[in-house]
Amino acid sequence: MSGAVIDPRQAPIRAAPKKALSLSWSDPRFRNIVWQVVVLGTVALIVWYLVQNTTRNLAARRIATGFAFLGRTAGIPIGEALIDYDPSISTYGRALLIGLLNTLKVAVVGVVLATILGTLLGIARLSKNWLIARLSAIYVEVIRDLPVLLQLLFWYTALQGLPTPKNSFHPLPGVFLSNRGIKIPVVEWETPFWWALAAFVVGVIGTVAWSRSATRQQEATGVRPKVWPVALGFLVGFPVLIWGALGAPFAVEMPVLRGFNFTGGATVSPEYSALTLGLVIYTSSYIAEIVRSGILAVPTGQWEAAGALGMRSGTVLRKIVLPQALRVIIPPMTSQYLNLTKNSSLAVAIGYQDIVSIASTTLNQTGQAIEGIAAIMLVYLIISLSISLLMNWYNARIALVER
Amino acid sequence: MKRHILSGAMLLGATLAFAAPAAAQGSGSATIDTIKSRGMLVCGVSTGVAGFSLADSKGVVQGIDADTCRAVAAAVLGDVSKIRFVPLNTTNRFTALQAGEIDLLVRSTTWTLGREANLGLLFAGINFYDGTGFMVKSASGVKSVKELDGATVCVQPGTSTELAIADYFRLNKLKFTPVLIQDQNEIQNTYLAGRCDSYSTDASGLAAFRFQQGPKAEEQVLLPEIISKEPLGMMVRKGDDKFFDVVRWTLFAMLQAEESGVTSKNVDEMLKSTNPDIRRLLGAEGDLGKAMGVDNKFAVSIIKGVGNYAEMWDRTVAPLGIPRGINNLWNKGGLHYPPPIR
Ligand SMILES: N[C@@H](CCC(=O)N[C@@H](CS)C(=O)NCC(=O)O)C(=O)O
Repeated sequence: MSGAVIDPRQAPIRAAPKKALSLSWSDPRFRNIVWQVVVLGTVALIVWYLVQNTTRNLAARRIATGFAFLGRTAGIPIGEALIDYDPSISTYGRALLIGLLNTLKVAVVGVVLATILGTLLGIARLSKNWLIARLSAIYVEVIRDLPVLLQLLFWYTALQGLPTPKNSFHPLPGVFLSNRGIKIPVVEWETPFWWALAAFVVGVIGTVAWSRSATRQQEATGVRPKVWPVALGFLVGFPVLIWGALGAPFAVEMPVLRGFNFTGGATVSPEYSALTLGLVIYTSSYIAEIVRSGILAVPTGQWEAAGALGMRSGTVLRKIVLPQALRVIIPPMTSQYLNLTKNSSLAVAIGYQDIVSIASTTLNQTGQAIEGIAAIMLVYLIISLSISLLMNWYNARIALVER
Repeated sequence: MKRHILSGAMLLGATLAFAAPAAAQGSGSATIDTIKSRGMLVCGVSTGVAGFSLADSKGVVQGIDADTCRAVAAAVLGDVSKIRFVPLNTTNRFTALQAGEIDLLVRSTTWTLGREANLGLLFAGINFYDGTGFMVKSASGVKSVKELDGATVCVQPGTSTELAIADYFRLNKLKFTPVLIQDQNEIQNTYLAGRCDSYSTDASGLAAFRFQQGPKAEEQVLLPEIISKEPLGMMVRKGDDKFFDVVRWTLFAMLQAEESGVTSKNVDEMLKSTNPDIRRLLGAEGDLGKAMGVDNKFAVSIIKGVGNYAEMWDRTVAPLGIPRGINNLWNKGGLHYPPPIR
């Protein structure tokens, strides 16, 4: 492209000449500022009035107010927590934090699994294999039509149908399935593991750097050096080497049946399993449709052109179609992620202690309903905004860059 | 399920929108005025506990809590049937009362300082003295709570029960895993399915649960320990002393009627009694009822409608096999001690 030709799409949008702001009603910028100040001021005034009124009325009804309860000892029992919790010393603030972490535990795992399952189902529904396509279609239609609460209760009841701890299924050494959940062995964590983890992070950076340089070489020479042996070395070899050099500690804590239940090892509770399973299955049916419509949105010409180049259909899907389909897929996908997160509040029905469950117990024990509900709203707002921001950023990154 | 959020939102709405309840001109009680103009008492009860508040085959809510509500309707409106029941679970009961969805809460609710100090609500009396108990399956062979170390316990959240068992297990250096589900049916089914080794709530609730198992009742045993005091009673909003008085003395009138031998059968005869205690109770003498802001013969309406405390007991909780025990009158070894009506 020679310097003389200016592509209007690439040139920065031509800005109007800058003019000083004049304090006159005829200046649109001045008008805008005035209106914004007026609107903001009114909203602030209304909020202030409502807050004042609420506090006064709560005081008149002698209902406790304020957030001091966050620092008080909770006393409420909690079934599963990612951080230490003891009802006799931990505070309501910590209890709510556990609720938040429990919600995230469902949301993050749920989003990842629902995406994988949904994508596979969406692709399967377009399969040329009649049986696979039919099965996937039936799955989607049936699952989408059943209320999610019903599905959660179904899975919870189903998991309760597992045998008692004494008669539990024992598919692998150290793994037990019973109506008390899934018991798995855990590796006792020791300092060398931290170092190995650090080595792994270094390995990730190294792998990314290597793959970038491979891309550059490919562009320059047309031959792409192999990436996987280097990646393997960086990601597995290096951490293992570090761990080995530090004495290779390895002790496994096995669950053992003692008294009523298993002790030792880690537990995946039936409540968590039912909630995650239910949400993943439900959401994946929507994601499947999104993926399917995304793929269908890519013109058949793209398939044919790639086919003409001699690519196999799997390769076409991965390298040509999916990247283009993603642009159609991402925005509706975002709302599915938000749905999954919000649906996780149905946890109360099956006894999983998410933020809603713990906040509602807290508001019931402390009597501070408004603060409790404010906490729930704040948590969902933050999670939803984070998901939206992340997805918008990703969307912008993969958006069509015209050349 | 989302009801507590709804009630909470209503409470928020109510407190946002209106000024503090103004002193009404009518009876001097905003709640009594509302009840009278509505022609009906709205009473919060449980979602279904046999002996306390459970709809029978005709849809009529039966039980000691329901009858306590009816007695208040009789005192205020002179008619036990002018009542509407609102079923509430453990986590939405207080907000419902705070927000004014109900006039009165009689829902096996334990009187504690925390609730009275924080909720803007007040206990008007104790209609049942209870305590936290534990149910286990007979097949488990467990004989005492002390053997429950490491057990999984099913319990409803937002209750005094969950606090009591957390305290008890810590004090006795025992460990337990809680499973907390709001809905009563769901928590009971979860226990029955074997997710929990034990189900804990007020001993009365456990007796009701066992009773409802019918022929399978033998499979469940109540452990001997009662680990906490759970005085269950009637709750009203703070700031309406007149209504508070009516609720409180409604229960006392029923207890006094039992003590004085007045029943739904003999109440008309008793009106002719020469015993001044009975004459004052029934409003044949003095104007105590009127002074309280209700009909002078309010106790007659109550006793005709639901009977005295013993009659209410025999009709509601006795069939569950719960002994009268500490719920007897003070002169029969129990804790019920109605102050003098004079
Ligand atoms: N007395 C305790 C426990 C009350 C309670 O949960 N009672 C149970 C069993 S007696 C109940 O009423 N459940 C019925 C329901 O949830 O609707 C409290 O006030 O927190």
